[in-house]
Amino acid sequence: MSSHPSTQSPRAGGPGRVKVGVLYSRVRVEEKLLFEAFERRGISLDLIDDQKLIFDITDVGNHPFKDYDVIVERCINHSRALYSLKILNDQGVKTVNTALCADICGNKLMTTSALAAAGVPQPKALVAYTAESAIEAIERLGYPAVLKPTVGSWGRLLSKVNDRDAAETILEHKETLGSYHHSIFYIQEYIKKPGRDIRAFQVGAETICAIYRTSPNWITNTARGGSSSNCPVTPEIADICTRAAKACGGGVVALDLFEDPDRGLLVNEVNYTMEFRNSIAPTNVNIPERMVDFCLDVAKNGWNAANGWTDDGPQMASISLADGASA
Amino acid sequence: MALPTATGAAQCPECFADVTLTKVMQNEITQCPGCGAELEIVSLEPLTLSLAPQEEEDWGE
Repeated sequence: MSSHPSTQSPRAGGPGRVKVGVLYSRVRVEEKLLFEAFERRGISLDLIDDQKLIFDITDVGNHPFKDYDVIVERCINHSRALYSLKILNDQGVKTVNTALCADICGNKLMTTSALAAAGVPQPKALVAYTAESAIEAIERLGYPAVLKPTVGSWGRLLSKVNDRDAAETILEHKETLGSYHHSIFYIQEYIKKPGRDIRAFQVGAETICAIYRTSPNWITNTARGGSSSNCPVTPEIADICTRAAKACGGGVVALDLFEDPDRGLLVNEVNYTMEFRNSIAPTNVNIPERMVDFCLDVAKNGWNAANGWTDDGPQMASISLADGASA
Repeated sequence: MALPTATGAAQCPECFADVTLTKVMQNEITQCPGCGAELEIVSLEPLTLSLAPQEEEDWGE
């Protein structure tokens, strides 16, 4: 059991099995389901509260997390997750997911660039750094276009830009009212979805299940009221998800797919601290149990083996500015 | 041994209704059935609720 003051553990010592920590912010439905799934395996967890956490970044040899077989990241803040995973990985601690995965998936620009480099189909996206060049980029894509913050989730601050007047207004607001990373303009082509998109769940090399998210609104997130129903995992879905997940660092991720009438499946987003409460019932797949399987596989066999990679996996150097730091 | 939980009642800090809680954990998020406020369990002994924190810009999946 860790002596770190920010951890709480239900037991002292343990039955000599794997030592698992969960780095968390709040206990939501997902965390509770995950805790219960670990408990059913007879594994007691150490809960590591990111609100109380103090890392000694310089203590690589004797830090309080060195005895963990794996630490599972479930932070709500991207910045806390990213920095914590970076420190832990540099200290030699195995985590699910990794800092690399968080770095790529937590930033839409990084995700898009990684997917493009791997040849994974996705909506066209442009990046510009000034309002003037952003207007030009939007008009190059054509109206409507979609403006997205590079960091963010749950459909927050997405703008569907229908004409030049709207574009000028939104860009001025973002430049004036937003923090500096709102002036990194990420502009995506608008995909005419058939009133739904697909949320697929990838665990290592397997796409374990998927749902349709249906909404009359152009934003289909279930966090925004979209309804969910089972989506059979076709070979096409499994192929694009497996390739996209590997491009983004692997692990346990949830992918949002668009069905383009001409181009087929396109990857819109890859989420690395996935929410799944609305997806267990329609798919009849016990997602937290599968997550536990993967975490234990990482603990025992390492990241590449758990992902089913026979090579060394993606080798990417991080360039993130970690612009999720929003305080 | 299971993670620590508590069962009982606590007062909603928003509408002061009694909220019945069953096997809740420290830092668990719940909702007041009276006013709908999102609440956080900030103590198990005694069971205490506070308003859940407001969503921040980098929150998400």
